[in-house]
Amino acid sequence: MITLENIQRIFPVGDQKVHALRDINLHISAGEYLSIMGPSGSGKSTLLNLLGLLDRPDAGHYRLDGQDITPLSDKQQARLRRERIGFVFQFFHLVPRLTAAQNIELPMMLAGQPVDERQRRVQQALKDMGITDRADHRPDQLSGGQRQRVAIARATVMQPGLLLADEPTGNLDRASGKDVVDILETLQQRGITLIIVTHDPTLGERAQRCLHMVDGAIVNDTASP
Amino acid sequence: MKTTDIARYALGSLNGARSRTALMLLAMSIGVASVLVLTSLGEAARRYVSGEFASLGTNLVIVLPGRTETAGGEPSMLIGDTPRALTLGDARALLRSSVIRRVAPLNIGSAPVSYGGLERDIPIWGSTAELLEIRHWRMGLGRFLPKAEWDRASPVCVLGQKVRKELFGNQPVLGEWVRIGDRRFRVIGILESAGESLGVAVEDMVIVPVASIQRLFNTSSLFRILVEARSREAIPRVIEHITRTIRERHQGEEDITVITQDAVLATFDDILQALTLTVAGIAAISLGVAGILIMNVMLVAVAQRTTEIGLLKALGAPGQQIVNLFLAEAALLSLLGAGLGVVIGLAGNGLIGYFYPDLPMGTPLWAFAAAIGVALGTGLLFSLLPARRAARLDPVQALARR
Repeated sequence: MITLENIQRIFPVGDQKVHALRDINLHISAGEYLSIMGPSGSGKSTLLNLLGLLDRPDAGHYRLDGQDITPLSDKQQARLRRERIGFVFQFFHLVPRLTAAQNIELPMMLAGQPVDERQRRVQQALKDMGITDRADHRPDQLSGGQRQRVAIARATVMQPGLLLADEPTGNLDRASGKDVVDILETLQQRGITLIIVTHDPTLGERAQRCLHMVDGAIVNDTASP
Repeated sequence: MKTTDIARYALGSLNGARSRTALMLLAMSIGVASVLVLTSLGEAARRYVSGEFASLGTNLVIVLPGRTETAGGEPSMLIGDTPRALTLGDARALLRSSVIRRVAPLNIGSAPVSYGGLERDIPIWGSTAELLEIRHWRMGLGRFLPKAEWDRASPVCVLGQKVRKELFGNQPVLGEWVRIGDRRFRVIGILESAGESLGVAVEDMVIVPVASIQRLFNTSSLFRILVEARSREAIPRVIEHITRTIRERHQGEEDITVITQDAVLATFDDILQALTLTVAGIAAISLGVAGILIMNVMLVAVAQRTTEIGLLKALGAPGQQIVNLFLAEAALLSLLGAGLGVVIGLAGNGLIGYFYPDLPMGTPLWAFAAAIGVALGTGLLFSLLPARRAARLDPVQALARR
């Protein structure tokens, strides 16, 4: 599903250049459950942003579903993000003035889908996440776990093939963190490709495949010993 | 993204930052209101002056004896060129044209007017029955000069309101005899008070038949002839007719000056139009200032909503969509502000109209269109920069913050 070839990402910091990603080669199959671990500054978030098309590599090629997406325009990349990729963030990033239902509806609204279709899918997503009774609550009226469920519902409502989660439990207590992980893993079992970036070894080791990164390079990949 | 969704989303974010929205609405509405009030003032001044001219008479052509020329040549040509006087015969001759509706000969002098023991020096106008209609005056009491032969020096007169008050007080006046100069005249009417019309105090004058004033001052010439054309379009032909007729009667000398009030009015109109535009320009500056305020506040809004913008990008909104969202907000703000401004402006106009009832306040339609158009224009223009900035935000950095 995903193939990275010789990916480089360099950030200029002052006079120096920091290699956030050095020569990354990676293949991820559809439906895989992958975790990316490593110390702060190891480039794991950069890799995730790059996979999510929020960032562009300085060199190398990124193929998504066989299509080389590096030469695509911003507009085309935005369309891919909308249709094929879902994001779950550590800080949820819900729009504070919108209700849970409106937050979930957001990607479909941006896509210009018809209103009744949107309503139907929002209701379904709320039901799947078990937060139907919270539909009209705003984020500040929800608990952390509930917020993350709304965020997951929003990330999956367009039925993307790839779900990217950046420290999805980093801001949650143990119990709601476990709930969120269960939901993500259920989604993965239904066929979605799940990539999680985390500091937490217990969460990271649940994945079928673990990547360890240090200084912008993959130092250990459990799929290729 | 659907238009209704864009509008709803923009409305939602405006509603989400009320103090910011209120501030921008205030700026925009003050700008629009000042455009409306100032253009209305300019327009009112124009109408006031036009009204003054209309009260002088419509389609009026004035014939003066003598010719004012700025011609070169020897100085001797300027000296000793006494103009031939205009006479009642000249005035009568002008009547023979289909494009002329009315002609009123006019002589003006000043003479002591006395009744009982009271005496005053008052401007005396000598004319004919036609003067009343040409000058659009109205009678307050009695009737105007009789429609008689112009040569008949009937001993009758019409008084202005002030003259009547000073000479008669509250006594009945019609049928009384007053002395003007060395002759006696019977009062047959009182003019309705019409205030001042371009320097002529209608209240402070006495009108007698033109033949009477000529005898009073022992002259056969006229001060001027007032001519009313049948229509505005006929005025050039009227002028041509007048000059031709007078030239024939004056042995080929074109020794008169013809003034049309249209020419004077047009000049005033131009001046006042320029004034209105200037004033509107000043008002437009305040709209511009409002626009800059909007830009400022929008930039702050973009900074405040960085995360939201980053999120929208992550959810698959291309840059153009984000620009559209911000422009939609600006458009909504501008329209709401313009609406509010129109209300404030109209209230201001009403207030001015209340305190200065003489000014015919009224907002020209184009001012509404211009105010709203300029509001929308500045709103959108000054939001373009913040919107572009929002669209260019790097989503990674935008989302890195909490």
